[in-house]
Amino acid sequence: MISAARSWPRGRAGARWLLGAGTVASLVMLPIFALLLQALQGSAGLWSHLAATVLPVALADTIILLCGVGLITAVLGTSTAWLVTAYAFPGRRVLEWALLLPLAVPTYIIAYAYLDILHPIGSVQGAVRWLLGYSSPREFRLPDVRSMTGCILLLGFVLYPYVYIPTRAMFLTQSANLIDASRTLGISRRAVFWHVALPLARPAVAVGVSLALMETLNDIGASEFLGVRTLTVSIYTTWITRTDLPGASQIALSLLMVVVALVAFEKWARGKQRYSTGAQRSRAFESRRVSTAKGLLLFFGGLLPIFIGFGAPAIYLVNEAWKRIEFAGLSSRFLNEAFNTIVLASAATIITVLFGLLVAYASRLRPGAATAWLQRLSTLGYAAPGTVVAIGVLIVLATLDGFIDRTAAAWFGVSTGLLFIGSGAALLYAYSVRFLAISAGGIDAGLARIPVSFDHASRVLGQSAAGTFRHVHLPLSKAAITAAGLLVFVDCVKELPATLLLRPLNVETFATHLYGEAARGTYEEASIAALAIVVIGILPVVLLSRMGQARR
Amino acid sequence: MTPHAQNRTLELHDVSRRFGATIALDSVSLTIASGEIICLVGQSGCGKSTLLRMIAGVDLVDSGRILLNGQEVSGPSRFVEPEDRKIGFVFQDYALFPHLTIEQNILFGLKRHPKQEAKARVADIIAHIGIEHLIGRYPHMLSGGEQQRVALARALAPQPDILLMDEPFSNLDRGLREKVRDETLSLLRGLGTTVIMVTHDPEEALSAGDRVVLMKAGRIVQAGSGYDLHDRPVSAYAAEFFCAFNRLSGIYRNGHVETAIGRFAHELDAVEGTPATLYIRPQGISVSPGPGSVSGQLKSRTFLGEVEQLAIDVDGLETPLRVRTMHRLPPGTQTVGLHVLPGSWLAFPAI
Repeated sequence: MISAARSWPRGRAGARWLLGAGTVASLVMLPIFALLLQALQGSAGLWSHLAATVLPVALADTIILLCGVGLITAVLGTSTAWLVTAYAFPGRRVLEWALLLPLAVPTYIIAYAYLDILHPIGSVQGAVRWLLGYSSPREFRLPDVRSMTGCILLLGFVLYPYVYIPTRAMFLTQSANLIDASRTLGISRRAVFWHVALPLARPAVAVGVSLALMETLNDIGASEFLGVRTLTVSIYTTWITRTDLPGASQIALSLLMVVVALVAFEKWARGKQRYSTGAQRSRAFESRRVSTAKGLLLFFGGLLPIFIGFGAPAIYLVNEAWKRIEFAGLSSRFLNEAFNTIVLASAATIITVLFGLLVAYASRLRPGAATAWLQRLSTLGYAAPGTVVAIGVLIVLATLDGFIDRTAAAWFGVSTGLLFIGSGAALLYAYSVRFLAISAGGIDAGLARIPVSFDHASRVLGQSAAGTFRHVHLPLSKAAITAAGLLVFVDCVKELPATLLLRPLNVETFATHLYGEAARGTYEEASIAALAIVVIGILPVVLLSRMGQARR
Repeated sequence: MTPHAQNRTLELHDVSRRFGATIALDSVSLTIASGEIICLVGQSGCGKSTLLRMIAGVDLVDSGRILLNGQEVSGPSRFVEPEDRKIGFVFQDYALFPHLTIEQNILFGLKRHPKQEAKARVADIIAHIGIEHLIGRYPHMLSGGEQQRVALARALAPQPDILLMDEPFSNLDRGLREKVRDETLSLLRGLGTTVIMVTHDPEEALSAGDRVVLMKAGRIVQAGSGYDLHDRPVSAYAAEFFCAFNRLSGIYRNGHVETAIGRFAHELDAVEGTPATLYIRPQGISVSPGPGSVSGQLKSRTFLGEVEQLAIDVDGLETPLRVRTMHRLPPGTQTVGLHVLPGSWLAFPAI
């Protein structure tokens, strides 16, 4: 007997999940559409005004910055990846994970730290002068970090791990047999890098560089502190100082076009190759033993980017934070900021993980073109810089706030004020849009490891689609979901541009506090906030390095 | 429910399914009686696994209807979710949940039953299958044969109307496979379970099923007993699927196929004088040392134990004849006489 046949014509479990995923995708697309609409509505006069004033400088600065950072990250990321893959020397294992550490330092924090470390009357420049026999900054000083060059270098030294990670994975998995083959074909050990390994790794380098450049476009603090007027900075100032939403949206649209160009560049740079690790596990790449002297040289060579990108700023922050705590203790204001940071990031993480589950599980239940598109659309926010997302969300929710306020005033005679923007809902919305790709992607990867026959087995054994999710998928992808949640949490803590634009009045987080002090040029509790962010930022580095080891 | 529906557990009416441009199933109809063991056999991609998934309800039909115990479960007007179909499924990879113990795995399908009853069912089925010692373990601690038995226990525990098995023995070593297969089938026969089993192994299909259904490119080629399919294949494809025939080209004349090694009587629905292909079973040719009415040169001999496989060059044949014989030829034999035993050949019009 067939009991309790729930039937709907040609339907299948998953219709509700599909609807949910569709809703999520719409929520993600809404701010971007709103932005396009707003930008297109702006008068033509505004466009020509922008084109004559802000845009040329901002666009030029942005492109120079992108080229510079792209070059530095490509060189640093590829060479460090080759260093720890091709050569065996004492300390290599340490380097392998330590090279990830600069990921823990957000761009605005490295800029903040180096502004002080390299201050003309600071101890570093003082030591250099003492060594060279000068006595006053007027006689000799290092080139100012407040410059395009400084910005490129600093961003390069914290963003190179984006290239290092995929490139090393590529070297480890794919090249082994091919490199051996090329050596038997008479290519020298030295030439192998240029002729085999590097061309093979090109797709990985392209992926890494494009990620690093997305981060560069997203950056607001470093560029502003160092005096580089990028598009992102222009959007911020256009909105904050001039409250010019159409103008901000139009610059945001230009920024979005740069992103599109970047994605096109990535596709082109990959060429016809695909960044895939071979299906059959090939032998691990065999590294070459080197002499002790050369080993030491390689070790310190590998240590250099870690020191610049993580070591020096970390030591500086610990030192400054310690001095501050000894001098004044932790203020209640700081504790309040910690609370704000944690609560906002946690709430955003919960929402983002739930959305991610919805999107990832819908495409598992109903594989096909529809869910593939929904997933692609839902994860679009990650490519959009924080300012762009924030402006989009601002347009959507300001409209909604205004509508609710007017309606309430008309019907009940009360003003609701800025319901969404005032409550922080806008910020949570922006965080979710921006980081949904991390959560959906991570959960999707976790689900992909579960054979489809498990789903079928569970359904045939009497569980509904939802029950299967609860009893089979959830327990089996717990680790992936937790990892995705952790990554989202940390990114929310580090996030600056959207937080600056959308935080409710008088709400400060670690990131905005640091920004405020750096912008004012005061150096008080910012070091503690920065240190807290870096410490939290180390969590995903630990996770990444453990994942790297598990793959061996 | 009508009384005679009791005997027709499952009916498929013109079931079709396509994935993009490929047609996975093309208007398949089949009726399966209660207690029958059916083997779906065919090369990979012939649609046999798709058919199984549709019966289970984990895949949709594009058109056609599937009836279970006389009630439509898949069709234009109705779709019953897999969890409501009372169907058991043993998967090729067994699909044992790695986060659950063996006992929890078997209990998984009994969630709708009261706890005491569920526990009793589990105890009953594990005793029946003989896996009491495994219940506290996790799937990864089990050998392939043990996993297969647990998968079977888990599928049988909710007492399904039909048990579906997708290549259930293909993951086992060759020696173990036959033992597990015999045990499983005698257990299922004892329980009187209706079974639909998918396999790509012709020998397995012939030995296991009460009825064998041969499929090709989404269609049923032939359905019948193992003897039917092996001895009386309806097409050249069916013939060659179950036996590695010798293929000889010839001409159809007067109810005979004329070939380079003689005339063979076989009525064909073909025009006089048209080409036909003669199929001779390798074990249907007897050989004797020295020349005979038809002679050939021994090209190679491969001793396989029970039988010896010979390759024999015959004048007028492009490829050597393959012969499997239990008769031992003396060492050094070169020329052999050939005799084709009656009833060991088939013929089909040449395409």
